Amino acid sequence: MIAKLLAISLTAIFVQNFVLVKFLGICPFLGVSKKVDTALGMGMAVTFVMTLASMMTYLCQNYILAPLRIEYMQTIAFIVIIAALVQFVEMFLQKYIPSLYSALGIYLPLITTNCAVLGVALLNIQQDPPYGLIESMVNGFASGLGFLLAIVLFAGVRERLEFSDIPKSFQGFPIALVSASLLALAFMGFSGMSFNF
Amino acid sequence: MSDLLKTFKNGLFDENPTFVQLIGMCPTLAVTTSLANGIGMGLSATVVLTLSNIMISLLRRLIPSKVRIAAYVAIIATFVTVIDLLLQAFLPSLSDSLGIFIPLIVVNCIILARAEAFASKNGVVKSAVDGLGMGLGFTMALSLISAIREILGAGTILGYPLGISAPATVMILPPGGFLTLGLILGVMNVIKNRRGGKKS
Repeated sequence: MIAKLLAISLTAIFVQNFVLVKFLGICPFLGVSKKVDTALGMGMAVTFVMTLASMMTYLCQNYILAPLRIEYMQTIAFIVIIAALVQFVEMFLQKYIPSLYSALGIYLPLITTNCAVLGVALLNIQQDPPYGLIESMVNGFASGLGFLLAIVLFAGVRERLEFSDIPKSFQGFPIALVSASLLALAFMGFSGMSFNF
Repeated sequence: MSDLLKTFKNGLFDENPTFVQLIGMCPTLAVTTSLANGIGMGLSATVVLTLSNIMISLLRRLIPSKVRIAAYVAIIATFVTVIDLLLQAFLPSLSDSLGIFIPLIVVNCIILARAEAFASKNGVVKSAVDGLGMGLGFTMALSLISAIREILGAGTILGYPLGISAPATVMILPPGGFLTLGLILGVMNVIKNRRGGKKS
């Protein structure tokens, strides 16, 4: 069991990195990666929400949608769960950890429309054989860590780009995308790896 | 009439969601590995965008502003489910190759952005035209990116071989997606700067 969870984690973080291999969560990856600090905060918030969302959507799928045979309501049910979850996390942080709440600011509500969160929920139940509760949560957590790793690395690169001499037409987004391409190329080194412990 | 034309053109060129506003990046990069996928994704998003714009515009006086985002998301998710089921039934191969990116149209920022910025403030016809324009602008951008990636990466166009002996496979892999979009944006800036220079 432990070995399987480790394999799921390593695959989700490196081999099938959510941002650089699966192209999920590109909007915050490009939008919130100008500074390492904010990238770190965003990454941690996303990891937290993805873990919780994996758990809640698993329970919803297996105890509500499947027994009632209304799996086609998946997309609607999941997005509502995620929106409610983000709202709940926001209220909780505001009350009990106000420092983290103010640090995350606007990024917290935006997690609802982060496709990485809905993506991990949908991928968890599409696995063959399907993931159990623990496996789904570990996959959610590890995919979140993969997002965290990618966005922090990219923020580090972008901080350096600020000081480099870039042709006028390529300043800003174009050069950021080209750098992201090089980062994705680096992550391709992991492709094809599989873990059998 | 000219007003409607302007709204339509606005989505296609002046405020093109992909190249100018830079939103909806996940499907833009993920599904553009072949031209057929790009067009399929673009048209699916266009249908959802147009229908949700019409619906939200019709309901704009009924939805309380405090819960509007939740209401928009529920409306969008309904249309996405409809498209998802239709594609599974009638175009199973496209549905397979787009995979989870069909349900993920729900969280495509373009659709929510148009609901919030346009459909909630304008009439039905204008909102429908806006949705159509934005959607086709998105489709156009996806087609361009996916055509470049398919030609360079697989040596084919719409699946027909072009006789390229050694295609650069990296272009249809993830790094190629970032690279193509980055270079297109850069080249567009070059053109824009040249034109600006001539005018002044």
